[in-house]
Amino acid sequence: MGWDDAVASSIVNEYKHLSGATLPILHALQENFGYVDKRAVPLIADALNMSKSEIYGAITFYHDFRHEPAGETVVKLCRAEACQSMGCERLVAHLKDVHGVEMNATTKDGRLTVETVYCLGNCALGPAALINGELVGRVDEDLLDAVCKGQSHERMAG
Amino acid sequence: MSTSIKIYVPRDAAALSVGANRVASAIANEAKNRGQAVEIIRNGSRGMLWLEPLVEVETDKGRIAFGPVTPKDVSSLFDANFLAGGAHPLNLGLTEEIPFFKNQERLTFARVGVIDPLSLDDYIAHGGFAGLKKAIEMTGAAIVQEVADSGLRGRGGAGFPTGIKWKTVLGAEADQKYIVCNADEGDSGTFADRMLMEGDPFTLIEGMAIAGVAVGATKGFIYLRSEYPHAYQTLLEAIRTARTAKWLGPAIGGSSYAFDLEVRLGAGAYICGEETSLLESLEGKRAIVRAKPPLPALKGLFGKPTIVNNVMSLATIPWILANGAKAYADFGMGRSRGTLPIQLAGNIKQGGLIEKAFGITLREIIETYGGGTHSGRPFRALQVGGPLGAYFPDTLLDTPMDYEAMASKKGLLGHGGMVVFDDTVDLAQQARFAFEFCAKESCGKCTPCRIGATRGVETMDKVIAGDTAKLALIDDLCHLMTDASLCAMGGLTPVPVMSAITHFPDDFNRAPKRMAAE
Repeated sequence: MGWDDAVASSIVNEYKHLSGATLPILHALQENFGYVDKRAVPLIADALNMSKSEIYGAITFYHDFRHEPAGETVVKLCRAEACQSMGCERLVAHLKDVHGVEMNATTKDGRLTVETVYCLGNCALGPAALINGELVGRVDEDLLDAVCKGQSHERMAG
Repeated sequence: MSTSIKIYVPRDAAALSVGANRVASAIANEAKNRGQAVEIIRNGSRGMLWLEPLVEVETDKGRIAFGPVTPKDVSSLFDANFLAGGAHPLNLGLTEEIPFFKNQERLTFARVGVIDPLSLDDYIAHGGFAGLKKAIEMTGAAIVQEVADSGLRGRGGAGFPTGIKWKTVLGAEADQKYIVCNADEGDSGTFADRMLMEGDPFTLIEGMAIAGVAVGATKGFIYLRSEYPHAYQTLLEAIRTARTAKWLGPAIGGSSYAFDLEVRLGAGAYICGEETSLLESLEGKRAIVRAKPPLPALKGLFGKPTIVNNVMSLATIPWILANGAKAYADFGMGRSRGTLPIQLAGNIKQGGLIEKAFGITLREIIETYGGGTHSGRPFRALQVGGPLGAYFPDTLLDTPMDYEAMASKKGLLGHGGMVVFDDTVDLAQQARFAFEFCAKESCGKCTPCRIGATRGVETMDKVIAGDTAKLALIDDLCHLMTDASLCAMGGLTPVPVMSAITHFPDDFNRAPKRMAAE
C-alpha cells in the first residue's frame, strides 16, 4: 500500500493523545505503510506541537524506522556475540556469495530484505532470525536457501 | 471431558523458534484422530532450551517431560502411551528431577514454565498477588525498608541497591511519580526478561504495582524492545486481563491505591537500555543520554520522580514481599544477596536459564550445567555480561558469580548473560566488534564514545593487519573512553577490548605469521 497523507493523518490523530506519542505514532505508520515517508514529518510535528527537526531527528535515530518500503519477505538476522559464536557471519557470507544478497538492502526484484539486528533473545538456540515476524532458531544455509528462492520452509511456521 | 489429560507445550519464543506451534497442532490432531481427550496448555519455558520443544504430560506422579519433540515424533509418542508417561526415547522423566532444573534455586522464576502465563487463576493458585496484598497493608516506608533489607541490587547490570533508589523516590515531593520498567534487554546472550514476560507476566505487573504503592506512583510504563514481538503480545493481554480483574486501575486489589500500566515499544536502539536514554525515548525524542545529576529518581520521566528498574528487579519484588526480606537475603554471598537468573548461551551444548544463588562459579555453570560446547570443539572464551562484558579464558572460570568478585577480575556480571565460544573464535575480531558495536549504537552525545569507538575500529584494523605497535594506542584510547565517557556504553566498551588483549595476546599477534604463511 502506497503512502497516503489522509490515512497517515488519521493514524497520527489516533495516537497523538498519548504522552510521548512520537514512537507509538512512528510504529503505527510503519505497521500500516511498511515505512515512514518523509511527508510524515510535518504531520507529526503539527500534531505533537514539536519542531520538524525534532521529529526528523527521532525518525533517523532509531534503526527500526525505514525510509522506503521493505521487500515482501523481511529477514532480520542476528549478528550479536551469541550468534557469532554459532557462525552467523558464515550465513552472511553465504547470502552474499551464493545468492548475491547484501545485508541491510532489498533485492532488486523487491522480494527480499535482509537486515542486521543485534540480539533477538534466542541466544541459546542461535543463529537466530526473525523471518516476517516469526522467530527461527538454529538458522542454517538450507533455511536461507529456501528463503532466497521464495520457497516455503516448514521451519518458518513457528 | 473430565478425564482429559493436561499437556504442556511452551509458547515461549525460543520454543516457537524450534517448532513448538507445529508440535502443539500435531498433538491436537493426533489426539483428535485417536479420540483421546487432551487439554493443551501453552506454558512458558522451563528454561532447558536445548530440549525445546519440551512437551510435558501431567500424570499422578507429576509432570513428565519429553523433548526435544518434532511433529514427526508425535505419532510414536501416542503409540508409546506418553499420556501415561510411557517409555519412549524422548522420555526425560519427571521434569523437576532433570538435574539442570532440579539443582536451581528458582525464586523469581518460580512460576515460569509451570503455569499458563495468561491465566489469572493459575497465577493466584501459585501464590500470585500475595506480595501486593501484603504491600497494600503496609506503609510506603515499610515496603521500601523491606526491599532494602532484602539486599536486592539492580539486575539490569549496574547492581545499584534497589531499596536506596526507591527511598529517594519515596522522599521526593511531586504531583505525579512514575514507575518505569526497563525491558530493553539488548545484551547479546540475555533472555531472562523475555522469558519472564512471556512465561509469567503477572509477576512483573505485580512488582510494578507494589513499587507504585510504595512510593506513591500511579502510572507505570514498560519500555520493551521491539525485537520481542511475542513478549509484547503477552504483556498487552496480561495487562488487559489484570485491568478487567481490577488488579490494575483506580482501586487495585480492592485497595485505595490507583495504578495503571502501558507498554511502549522501543525501536532498535541498544542505548535505550541506559536509563536516561530510555526516558528520553519514552518522552518521544532521540534517545540521547542525559547528564546526571539530576537523578531520574528526582527528575525522571517528564521531569517527575521516577523509579527505573530492570524487569528482573521488579519481578523479584513480589517474592520478597510475600516471603520476607530475610528469606531472600539468606541466599547469595558477600554483598550480592539473593539469586541471579543466569542465561547460558552461545556455543553451548545445554543452554538455557539457570536461577542460582550468587556465588556459583562460572566453571560450574558452563561445565556442569552447560555440558561443554555445542560444536564439541574445545572451549576458548566466555563473555559474561553482554557486549560490554569481559572475555574470560579458562584460567578465570573459577571466579564466583558475584558483583565484586567479577569486578576484581576486571569483568562484570551485567544482566547475567554468559556467551561461550569454542576454539575457532578470533579475539582480535571480537575486540574489533566491541568497538564497531559501540560506534553503531552510541547515542553521539559525548566525544569519547562517539569518536573513540570509530577510531577504535580503525586502529584495531591496523593491529589485525599486523601493526601490533598500535596496541599502545588502543590501550590509551581505552583509558580515555573509560574515564571520560558519559555513560556505560562508551565507559565499558574498553572492557571486552582490554580483556581480549590481556587474556588472549596470541590473537593480536597473528598477522605477521599469516603473511609469512602466504
